[in-house]
Amino acid sequence: MRLLGLKTFRHGVHPPEEKSETRDLPIRQFPFAPVLAIPLSQHLGRPSRPVVRDGEKVTRGQCIAEADGDLSVPMHAPASGRIVRVAPMPSISGRMVDGIFLEPQPGSTQETLEGEPCPLEGSSPEEILRAIQDAGIVGLGGAAFPTHIKLRIPEGGSADALIINGAECEPYLTTDHRVMLEQREDVFTGIRYVLAASGAERAIIAVEANKPDAAAHLREGLPGDLPVSVEVLPVKYPQGAEKMLIGALLGRKVPPGRLPIDVHALCVNVATCAEIGRLLPHGRGIQERVVTVTGPAVRRKGNYRVPIGTPLRFLLEQVGVSDAVSRVFLGGPMMGAAASSLDISITKGTSGVVAFEASEAERTHQRVYPCIRCGYCVDACPMFLNPAQLGVLARNEEFERMAEEHDLLACFECGSCSFVCPSHIPLVQSFRMAKAAVRKARAG
Amino acid sequence: MTSASRTLEIRTSPHFVSGHDVGVIMFNVVLALLPTVAFAIWAFGLAALFTLSAAVASCLATEWVACRATGREATLGDNSVLITGILYGLTLPPSCPVWIVALGGVVAVGLGKSMFGGLGLNPFNPALVGRAFLQAAFPVAMTTFSAPFGADRFGSLPAATLALPFSRPTLDATSGATPLARWKFGGELTEANELALGLVGGSTGETCAILIALGGLYLIVRNMMSWRIPVAMLGTVALASAALHALAPETHAPARFMLFSGGLMLGATFMATDMVASPVTHLGCWIYGALIGVIVVIIRAWGAMPEGVMYAILLGNAASPLIDRAIQPRVFGGAGGGSGP
Ligand code: SF4
Ligand code: SF4
Repeated sequence: MRLLGLKTFRHGVHPPEEKSETRDLPIRQFPFAPVLAIPLSQHLGRPSRPVVRDGEKVTRGQCIAEADGDLSVPMHAPASGRIVRVAPMPSISGRMVDGIFLEPQPGSTQETLEGEPCPLEGSSPEEILRAIQDAGIVGLGGAAFPTHIKLRIPEGGSADALIINGAECEPYLTTDHRVMLEQREDVFTGIRYVLAASGAERAIIAVEANKPDAAAHLREGLPGDLPVSVEVLPVKYPQGAEKMLIGALLGRKVPPGRLPIDVHALCVNVATCAEIGRLLPHGRGIQERVVTVTGPAVRRKGNYRVPIGTPLRFLLEQVGVSDAVSRVFLGGPMMGAAASSLDISITKGTSGVVAFEASEAERTHQRVYPCIRCGYCVDACPMFLNPAQLGVLARNEEFERMAEEHDLLACFECGSCSFVCPSHIPLVQSFRMAKAAVRKARAG
Repeated sequence: MTSASRTLEIRTSPHFVSGHDVGVIMFNVVLALLPTVAFAIWAFGLAALFTLSAAVASCLATEWVACRATGREATLGDNSVLITGILYGLTLPPSCPVWIVALGGVVAVGLGKSMFGGLGLNPFNPALVGRAFLQAAFPVAMTTFSAPFGADRFGSLPAATLALPFSRPTLDATSGATPLARWKFGGELTEANELALGLVGGSTGETCAILIALGGLYLIVRNMMSWRIPVAMLGTVALASAALHALAPETHAPARFMLFSGGLMLGATFMATDMVASPVTHLGCWIYGALIGVIVVIIRAWGAMPEGVMYAILLGNAASPLIDRAIQPRVFGGAGGGSGP
């Protein structure tokens, strides 16, 4: 489908963008916290296994926890210093997980340890995937799915198109925007690695129309020998969802419950791609990531390169937050998760920290009315579900019926339905619970 | 961050909500109705003022009592009952006895809305439930129309307005038949421009098609009303009556007359589009609007009564859950999905 000549998807919503305050701020290095707390499960899959002892001295970039099997990635020391302990720490979901507590050594030069480089020339696809896993790379767009698994072509499958996702459709976030502006060569190098690993013939960098500078900057620098193009997409949420991107750019629809590779496509977030291009030539691992720290409650908003494991409390102290802060979202305001405590850490999947004040929060504390069957949610759902009907069934706890008859599991929790509902019914919240209930029932 | 013990509030995303809100939507519907209300009072004078006031007051009072009695949260603030009251008043003949108006208002809200659990749960448009009850119980009062722009309309009330309950209805000297009745029973055709401008007799708020359409356009522009329903409904009526007129010009009025006469404009714009009682999908709205249009034409052409919009919409309301069950959006990526209704 096209909109004013630009490719897009049907349905979707237009939340306020709120990117203007950080879009032009260059990425700045964030200082080390007195103690970094690095959770061992920052990714989907099995937690990493610590390979350090209490009190051990480590060098920045050194592997401190190894991958536990294939669906797992290792962790690298974000700083040179001393391991304080390995102990439980809170995670974003409120659950306690194991974490490594590291005390950066003051005055250290923080020289990064380099490992075995993975040369672009002469590396087999398996070797590249191996290197991506060894670098601890996961989807930096927020999903935190191990990238080497995502890029592995299943038996009998093939990929022809690689989509580099720079849509960044979440309000407030500008990390991908800055990465495209400041790490163009890393992005291109990353694309070379991913094309070589996947066998895809061409790459498309997808950018939403609200980042014309990024699109122009990428276009200017396109290497002549690289089969890559830049596509500008209309500003619409959730344009950056994989299925929406593949539909818009390739005209292919990924069936419910299937993966992009089933329609011969791969999607990689642009920051993930840049990280591949930055780390693999040096055999390094992920020690930090770019995070947009913003929101009405934040004083020094910006895009920061934050060491993995930086406690949220330290981060907010450094940027300064107003006393009225009441809600902190990790990720964006549409799909992100509300932080349950300030003792959680920035992880590989944290693309943004957005803090709101109490008065702001009131905007969403509106009275919940009964469903008036306006159909706004039906018009908004990019997956063409019927959220109004699902909402009724959720209230009656008919979870199995939601899944069987109304494709509940195709809901990817984008929040568009809740966003438009004039009755302020917490639709996506009830769908999350329903999905969990269905998965549990089916597993057990 | 001054203290380490700051408490954070946890609420799941999305943090943002759009500007739409039930109360705001309903308020805008009231705004959209104001020109029509003003015209009604200008055309029919004190009679219309009394009818509309009695309609609104009885509806609001019934809702208030019903909420008190059932312990339901008071809903007067969401304006939905105010809309029911205004719409209900607009469908009544201007000189309708006030006691009948009040009685119908109790039925509209009591049986049409509260009994089903209030906002969001009424299967029928409540205003029309009240109107349908009166049509059946007081057929004479419901079909006695006064002519518009009476000379003394702001100075005196029709005798019927303040008639005592269950007294014999007095037929007013100024009563005049509506254009639809004149066509049905006398074969007399009123000009479309007279109809569109509201220079004719009829129910309190149905006569000025232009102002009604204006209100509808406002709501459509603000995305607070489905444009598909009125377009489907009016389109069907226009096509079907044009076809009938071409076949038998003597017995069937032309489309321009059918479109602008009676309660069609008011019904298509403000009644059939009641969100609660209409389908949620686009395709469903098309089907629903067309269905109502067909029924309107059938009743007007072959029914015993000159007007059929009210029953047509109520039947459409009844079909709406069926339409919603049959017409579901098809999931993105499924067979034929992602482009459905
Ligand atoms: S039902 Fe799911 S996929 Fe559809 S709009 Fe709501 S959250 Fe998004
Ligand atoms: S948007 Fe809300 S009120 Fe409207 S149909 Fe959907 S659930 Fe019902």
